[in-house]
Amino acid sequence: MKNRLTPVHIILIICGIGMFLPFYWMLTTALKAPLEALRFPPTFIPDIFKFSNFIEIFREVALLRYFLNTIFIAAASLIGTLFTSILAAYAFAKFKFWGRDFIFILFLALMMIPLPVYLVPSYMILFRLGWIDTYLALIVPWLVNIFAIFLLRQHIKTLPQDLFDAAKIDGCGTFRTLWQIVVPLSKPVIVTIAIFDIIANWNSFFWPLIVTHSDSIRPLQVGLAYFSREFSTNYPLLMAASTLAILPLVILFFFAQKQIIQSSARTGLKE
Amino acid sequence: MNKQFKAFLTGLAYLGPALIILLSFRIIPILFSVRISLYDWGMAGARKFVGFANYLQVLQDPIFWNSLLNTFWYALFTVPVMLFLSLVIAVLLNQKIKGLGFYRTLYYLPVVTSIVAVSIVWKWLFNPDRGLLNYLLSLISVSPIRWLEDPRGLFAIVFGALGIRLPSVLAGPSIALCSLIIMSIWKGLGYNIVIFLAGLQNIPTQYYEAAKIDGAGPLRLFRNVTWPLLSPTTFYILIMSTIVAFEAFAQVWIMTGPPPGGPLGTTKVVMYYFYEQSFELWRLGYGASIAFIAFLIILALTIFQRTVLEKRVHYT
Repeated sequence: MKNRLTPVHIILIICGIGMFLPFYWMLTTALKAPLEALRFPPTFIPDIFKFSNFIEIFREVALLRYFLNTIFIAAASLIGTLFTSILAAYAFAKFKFWGRDFIFILFLALMMIPLPVYLVPSYMILFRLGWIDTYLALIVPWLVNIFAIFLLRQHIKTLPQDLFDAAKIDGCGTFRTLWQIVVPLSKPVIVTIAIFDIIANWNSFFWPLIVTHSDSIRPLQVGLAYFSREFSTNYPLLMAASTLAILPLVILFFFAQKQIIQSSARTGLKE
Repeated sequence: MNKQFKAFLTGLAYLGPALIILLSFRIIPILFSVRISLYDWGMAGARKFVGFANYLQVLQDPIFWNSLLNTFWYALFTVPVMLFLSLVIAVLLNQKIKGLGFYRTLYYLPVVTSIVAVSIVWKWLFNPDRGLLNYLLSLISVSPIRWLEDPRGLFAIVFGALGIRLPSVLAGPSIALCSLIIMSIWKGLGYNIVIFLAGLQNIPTQYYEAAKIDGAGPLRLFRNVTWPLLSPTTFYILIMSTIVAFEAFAQVWIMTGPPPGGPLGTTKVVMYYFYEQSFELWRLGYGASIAFIAFLIILALTIFQRTVLEKRVHYT
């Protein structure tokens, strides 16, 4: 049995090396001196480890600013998304009122409309509001995550009705029931939503590219993209910046990988 | 106050925050988009009603058709290759092998990393003079490939070697577009593997046991048990990855050109053309028309996949 499995491992290891090689190359190039990076044939282990690239990068480009922008945007959006999702999911799952199912189906239908269809008018609305090139344009339109509402609603529907009846008998209002019963019991789903919201905001590129113009407001990915155009040949610095840009999510991934992979598999959640 | 009306108000209050944002940044824009597409609409506020002229112009625009063709090649290569590779790897991983978690993490890592950083790294790997890929190819005596700079079509090269000249529509994806395809497969593979693994683990082991007792070998097990029972998962991945293929944008912005979409426009995909017309040339009415036409094409493709292929999906 053991011998029969060996070819399988060989295939998986070869594919695995292929998957990891770009990351390895990013890291080693990030540590090389500019001239060594351009040497051909290339060196697989840098002659000297130039860790100072990771300091120099902060002098060459407003990387710190981009990081802080992204952290601020991701945090604000996370709080808002959780707030709107929890309220809406609770209403969809537990309230009975006229038009509820219609609104729910409308929400689901909206999920299927791709971004370009509403991007141009959204831009005009943000322009009229004077929000272009402000944090508001980066945060407010993304304070709702329909898929999060859907996930949470499905979860709340599985909570036993007895709980809600008991709360009502004890004189607990709907809002208090939400915060003291529903939210604590929905923790795993809320954590999943939070992780995917952070990943999505951290990596978001297309929208911020369009609604920002000045350097000081740019989130990390947009700043990095413009940096790559300006410094298109300084590979050590480009790789150092890329390494730093993916590092926080790689760390998050290692801590929460079970959650991330299982949620992807169960629900089709992506990024 | 009427009880029903009160329930309605409470419901609305809870839905309120989400509803207001979706109204302002989704529902109204979607409706407004229809109107914009009927106007010659510039950013300075100049606008003129033109009816369906934008749509007609898009349909007669050779660059639009070229971008559609590029997107088509991109999807036609990315989707099946990724499907095949991820299925093979998922089946291998599903044999209760040691180190499953390790491999899964390795394959999934590109999925959580940003497309921007990944594009920068791959542009470096694809560097024709100093890049790692050409170095590795030189080790097996393959002459350097110009990767992102080569506008020649893949099929045109293959058939050209046989002395056959192909019309440009059949030239296939350019080498530059193939470079983007390779990177996109690398980036998306892990996600599909994870979805396939979940699908494989949902197949009850009794089926395999029964088939084994009937004397089925590994290949027949795959063809007669795994493949049909996995078909809902395969179908899901097929539809999702086709939609994702139409959304490719950042790769083009970062890796190709200058100007992006090059060389010779062979990597200009629909999403990039939409961006260029709307937000670089500020032809907003024209951009909105492109968006609608592209949306209708994706919708038609999805409906086609659903009606034609879903008949062959076995739900248990």
